[in-house]
Amino acid sequence: MTKLGYYPGCSLEGTASDYGISVRRMARALGWELQEVEDWNCCGASAAHQTNRLLSLSLPARVLALAEEQGITELLVPCAACFSRLIHANKAMQQDPETAKEINDIIEMNYRGTVSVLNLIEALQKYAMPDIAGKVQRKLSKLKVACYYGCLLLRPPKYTEFDDAEQPSSMEDITRALGAEIVDWPFKTECCGAGFSMSNTEAVVDLTHKILENARHHGARVIAVACPMCHSNLDMRQLDVNRRYEKYDIPILFLSQLVGLALGVPEKELALRKHFIKATSLLK
Amino acid sequence: MPNDTAGVTVTGFKAEVERRGRFRLSDCYQCGKCSAGCPMADYMDYLPHQIVRMCQLGEDSLREKVLRSRTIWLCVSCETCSTRCPKDFNIAHLMDVLREMSLKEGMQHPDSANIIAFHKTFKNSIERTGRLNEFPLAVGYKLRSFDLFSDVMKFPKMLTAGKLRFIPHKIKGMDSIKRIFERCEARTKMKKRGKK
Repeated sequence: MTKLGYYPGCSLEGTASDYGISVRRMARALGWELQEVEDWNCCGASAAHQTNRLLSLSLPARVLALAEEQGITELLVPCAACFSRLIHANKAMQQDPETAKEINDIIEMNYRGTVSVLNLIEALQKYAMPDIAGKVQRKLSKLKVACYYGCLLLRPPKYTEFDDAEQPSSMEDITRALGAEIVDWPFKTECCGAGFSMSNTEAVVDLTHKILENARHHGARVIAVACPMCHSNLDMRQLDVNRRYEKYDIPILFLSQLVGLALGVPEKELALRKHFIKATSLLK
Repeated sequence: MPNDTAGVTVTGFKAEVERRGRFRLSDCYQCGKCSAGCPMADYMDYLPHQIVRMCQLGEDSLREKVLRSRTIWLCVSCETCSTRCPKDFNIAHLMDVLREMSLKEGMQHPDSANIIAFHKTFKNSIERTGRLNEFPLAVGYKLRSFDLFSDVMKFPKMLTAGKLRFIPHKIKGMDSIKRIFERCEARTKMKKRGKK
């Protein structure tokens, strides 16, 4: 049995509970045991790193130190923003003893840098591929999927150490193994506006529109994501795009939901109903 | 790094940016690739490579232009610039450094009020409970930004989907979170907002 540390982060417990529920359900279907970091705190997200460098390192460092104390060596972090903040803190402390000392002093813990942080795609690559293809119970061959990576899973590559920053293909490999049809499209690493969803909605709606337009132009019926902010911008903000530009009806599915569906998990256990844009007709 | 590679003593602004950012501004040779790929460039008053240039020149008059610019608050931290820079200069991190300085000096651009209100409400939630509670974040942000009515139509759906948690979860290690905030703020010597 695969045993992984688990850091859900705040979104997966709230506005992206569909992601949280489907990750746990997918993990169960794959036979993974998830050990949630006890008493974890928020990673600080952009609010910390855009205003206070020390805070942006200390908040994720506390999570890493707790994970280390609790015997976790590999930590699954499905939220792309949490993933980014955790690897930034991890690298800063692993590479520079002075920073490690300073941050350990602030958090009053002694993080030794032994935890490795995995995003959802990496975890699937490592612990579900390639034999996932043999476990598929429901072929998703009717779905034409555009895999959307956004920013923080891939950038900056010297920290993420994952896939190709400009031409990624790992999500496509997994989705293809599930039996879905893959769409080749150039906007898979464009930014959706991320955390500006509330504070600069206009820009987010513009950026989201460009991504939806490009996906549709290349024949996508569904967009797969592995980030709660990408999801909320492409799903919820699709309503605003529909008002300001033209009508789209592209369901946005978390990668965990696609994997779950393919493994035969019932739809209602994957929280698909929580989306603004329904996938119901596509899944019939 | 008080001196650049030519051994010429640089002015205060440039030295401060380099010290805080732990990078060398002269690494940038102004190719403009960062600006070409920036998703927010259309909305900015100065393009990212122009911000870098002003920091390189480091004159006091440019210090104000940079720290009062809209650009630094419009950067969404997508890290496309840092990823593509042929000189491996971390522009996204430069933006973080400049935002921290701008706040410290009370120089933030008036148009950035919404973004700063969002960050402040976000951090308050963590400081009070250890986690981000998105429902209070949305309400608190709306009160702070006076942007009361956008998105209200999405509220019922969020509610029925169980995406809003009304009662915030409070972590056990609140003492440690409080001390983390105190230390980080004391060491960054944050001044109160809005000071000119």
